Formats: sequence, C-alpha cells, structure tokens
Amino acid sequence: MDIVVCVKRVPLTEEVDLVIDEQKKGIKKDQLAFVLNDWDNYAIEEAIILKEKHGGEVVAITVGSEDDEEVLRRSLAMGADRAIRVDAGDIRRFDSFGISKILARVVKDLPYDLVFTGVLADDDNGGMVGIMMAEELKLNHACMVTAIEIEDGKARTTSELEGGLGEASLVELPALITIQTGINEPRYVSILGIRKAAKKELKIINLADLGLSDEKLSPKTIVEEVYLPPETEGAQMLTGDPDTIASDFIEILTKKGVME
Amino acid sequence: MSEIFVIVEHRLGDTRDITFEMLWKAGELAQKLSYTVTAIILGHDVKSLAENISDRADKIIIFDDERLKNFNADIHKEIIYTLIQESKPALTLIGNTSWGMELAPCLSVKTDLPLATDCIDITPKDNTFIAQRQMFNGKIFSNISFAKSEGCLLTIRAGVFPKDKIGDRKAQIIQQDFPVTDIPVKKSFIEFVETAAGDVDITQAELLISVGRGIGEEENISLIKELAEALGGVVSCSRPIVDKNWLPKYLQVGTSGKSVSPKVYIAVGISGAFQHMAGTSGAGVIIAVNKDPKAPIFRTADYGIVDDLFKIVPVLKDKILEVKKG
Repeated sequence: MDIVVCVKRVPLTEEVDLVIDEQKKGIKKDQLAFVLNDWDNYAIEEAIILKEKHGGEVVAITVGSEDDEEVLRRSLAMGADRAIRVDAGDIRRFDSFGISKILARVVKDLPYDLVFTGVLADDDNGGMVGIMMAEELKLNHACMVTAIEIEDGKARTTSELEGGLGEASLVELPALITIQTGINEPRYVSILGIRKAAKKELKIINLADLGLSDEKLSPKTIVEEVYLPPETEGAQMLTGDPDTIASDFIEILTKKGVME
Repeated sequence: MSEIFVIVEHRLGDTRDITFEMLWKAGELAQKLSYTVTAIILGHDVKSLAENISDRADKIIIFDDERLKNFNADIHKEIIYTLIQESKPALTLIGNTSWGMELAPCLSVKTDLPLATDCIDITPKDNTFIAQRQMFNGKIFSNISFAKSEGCLLTIRAGVFPKDKIGDRKAQIIQQDFPVTDIPVKKSFIEFVETAAGDVDITQAELLISVGRGIGEEENISLIKELAEALGGVVSCSRPIVDKNWLPKYLQVGTSGKSVSPKVYIAVGISGAFQHMAGTSGAGVIIAVNKDPKAPIFRTADYGIVDDLFKIVPVLKDKILEVKKG
C-alpha cells in the first residue's frame, strides 16, 4: 500500500491579531508561528496507520520554500519514509488550480495506491486542491473521509455529510482521498524524533525539472483585496470584576427563564 | 441572454436548504443583470423536487435515472460538464457542502473554468463577478476576481442567503436523458450511516453549556460539566473536542453535528468558526466566554465575556450555587 500525502505549512492564527500586508493581498506572517496544517496531520497519521497494517511506503510532499521543510521533517518523524519539496519560488503567484497541477505532476511519477490530502488548509480555507489533483490524474476520489478500511484492493470509506450523517462508499484503487479531522489520533512527535528523521531522504525538485512553466500554471482566480471583517454590532460585553460579571451573567439566565 | 446555473442539492427525497439559498442569490443577480436562472436536478424520482422550485427558476433541467439515485461526483461532473459546454452559463452555483466540495473542484478542472469556494457573496462587476469569501477561519475577508473565461464556478456557504423566493418566475421543465453511457463507475454507494447517535439529545435542551478548543486538556472538561450541573443545563461541544475523542459525537453542535435551539447557549472557549455557529442559529441567546477579544464568536454572540475561562468559569459556578442556595 504505497501512499502519497500532500502537506502544507500554515500559520497559527487563533488568539492572534492578524495584520493585513501593504499590498492588501495577504497577511503579515513574520510574527506568526507555523505548524503542519491540522487536516494534513491526520492525513499523515492515516497513511502511517495503513502502512503499518498493509506495508508499503509513505511519501510526504509539499510545495514551498526551505522553511516549509519543517512540516516534511515532522511528517518523516511521524513515520513517512521519504519526502519531496517542490521549490517553486514564491508560491503566492499560484492559486489552487496551479498548486494542484504541480502536485499532480509530481505524484504522477511516484508509485502509489492512495493519495491523501487534508480536506482544507487552515490558511486560505479553499478546500479544492485535493479533488482538483484527482481530476488531473483521472483518479477515483472520496471527500471528507472519516474512516478507511482496505478490502480486496478497494477502499471502504466513510465520508462526512451534514447533520451527523455519514456516507459509506467502496472506491477502487488507486484513489485520492481527502482526510477529515478526527479520523484518528495523530501520534506525538518529539524534538528528538524530528532530529532522528533528518537521516531520511528529503528531495528537492524544481518546477523546471517537472517541465512546468508559469504559463501553464497561471491563476484562474485573483485575490483583489483582503481586509478585516466588517464591523458588526457584536456582542454586548459583560465587564467589571469577576463578581459583577457573574451577577450580570445570572441576571441574563434568569431573564431568559433558564434559572430560577 | 446569459444564464445562471444552480445545481440543486437534495438528499433522501428532500430539497436541501442550500438549494433555496442559491436560487435566492441567482434570482437576485438575474433581476439585476437580466439573466435567466436554470436549475439542474440530477437524481431518481425527482419530479416533485422540480415542483418545489418551479417559481424560482426560468428553466429546470431534470435528469431522472436510476443510475443517479445516489450522489456520485464523477457522474454529476460529466453531465454538468456537457450542459456547461452547451449553454456556457455566466455563473454556476454549487453548495459548499460535503457533496459540493467534491463536485466543484473536479468540474473546474474538467471545464477549465475558475472556481471560488465557500463564497459568502457575489457582486457583478464589469461583465464579470467579484466573489467574497473568508480566510483564516473568518478572521480575514477577501474579494476574488476571475481570469478571463467563459464563465465561473462558485460554491456557496450554507446559511448566508435567505431561503425565500425572489421575483416571479415560471420554469419551463425539461426532461433530459442520461447523456453519457460510458462513465466507468469506480466508486459505489454502500449506505448512509448515522454517526451521531447517543443517549443525550442536545437538540431538546433548553440550556446548553458548550465547550471548545480553549479548554486545552481533556481533564479540564470537568470544569464545564460542573458548571452545567450547577445550572441544570446540558453539556455540548464544538468539533475539535470530538476530534480529540474527549466527548462523543452526539454532543457536537455544528454543520457536521447537531443544530440546536436552546433558550440560552453558553459557549466556553469556542472561537466561533462558521461551521459551529451554523448549528446555533436557533438559539435564543448566545453568551460567549473567550480570552481572545477578536474571536469571531463575539460577532454573533449576544453577550460576551473576555476572560480566561479557567478564572471566570469557577466564579460563575460558585455564584450560581450561592444564588440557588438562597
């Protein structure tokens, strides 16, 4: 069971004040901490679980700069066998369409039964690269998957629908699956583990090596402007010392008839 | 005259709300631009679905075939691709739902048309459109334009447009035959599975105390349980808590969990991602506790407490117990 997992390094933005950059095309990232995209963390774990069960090789890929190798090393420490970084210069010139073409081109030459991506990335929240790749590679696909069992060369998948409903499907391999959070419990990675994984292969490929030019990858969507959410009236804040807050809190509950 | 396509989403015989919401937006744009609205229904035994929306579109194209009984993104893609080739609609709207998130990206590659996902608004501009969407879980908004093309695809976030009828239309209903016979079906539907069954029904609760990622560690959930107990309320949670297996799926509020309608919804350590808030629209009053004053939840909550939950929750609990004692 050879599995390719596409991963992305994203900034941590919870409990952080985001600042728009001068060009109003993105956010300032120099003060932010970066992590492996949460969905991709589950995707790597799922690939390793399947490898441990069925054998084979797990390859982690990312498109990005040297800094982005951090998430490949983490993937290697979790148990991926080797990693590939596509050095494409400043990737802000590509949209999901371009990134999916680059990834598809790399995956095409690798041995694989399954290709995993996360459902979404925590930064642009686009959620399209995975299935776009599947179409580029003419692969079967399943989306938002929360369970995978391999049976007779096929994957039995459960896709998450709305309202607590799931959809069980049988997908012929090879296939691309987008992985939803909660599918497993990603293992802990220690600093020592990451250091040990430095011995594993991390290959760097350029766009030119792939025979891809900017022309073929030109974006179909353009970010015209990014901005902070428009002001809304928002919540009425309960302020003061904790005791005052608690009294106000109880008053609301009493008024709404959930407390006597 | 240009057309707007709306891909009708339906499940188990019911037209899903997102369909009405997309038809509302399509109708509004069509009025403004003198376009027509075409609804596309793929399924089996779907004639009644067409009746439901016949006053919201100018044309309804139905593919009624046993092979379309269950959703299959690849088959949908092939059929819609053919229709797009024929009509070249200016816009094609698809729900940003589990099914739509699988259909739209492959349709985009197949048709070579640009795609913007999870859009919360669409504005016409110079013969094309600007799509409004969010990034970084709602902390940033962005306006997206499209490279020159013969149309574009957009997936629409559920719950952002009204479900109402707009304008007065009378649809011409066109039944078409399944056009492609040689689509190899390499993915087959097995069954629907209930993933959120359990012995507590949060949809019936009058008071919910909901816990999110801000709780930090599994053992801290007892803090929320104690608050709920003091209040006589029921504990619920957001997705990250279920992903970590700290609470069962049947207590999850949100798009992939339950939609709740308590008199009061107390959200503790929940940032307020739209997927979560979508499940709380029926709540009477929302009180949010979060230490991040910029957390999106304060945009929708009625009352907010900006504080460290580990400091304020025990105070709230003690005060409640004190008041209850009289």
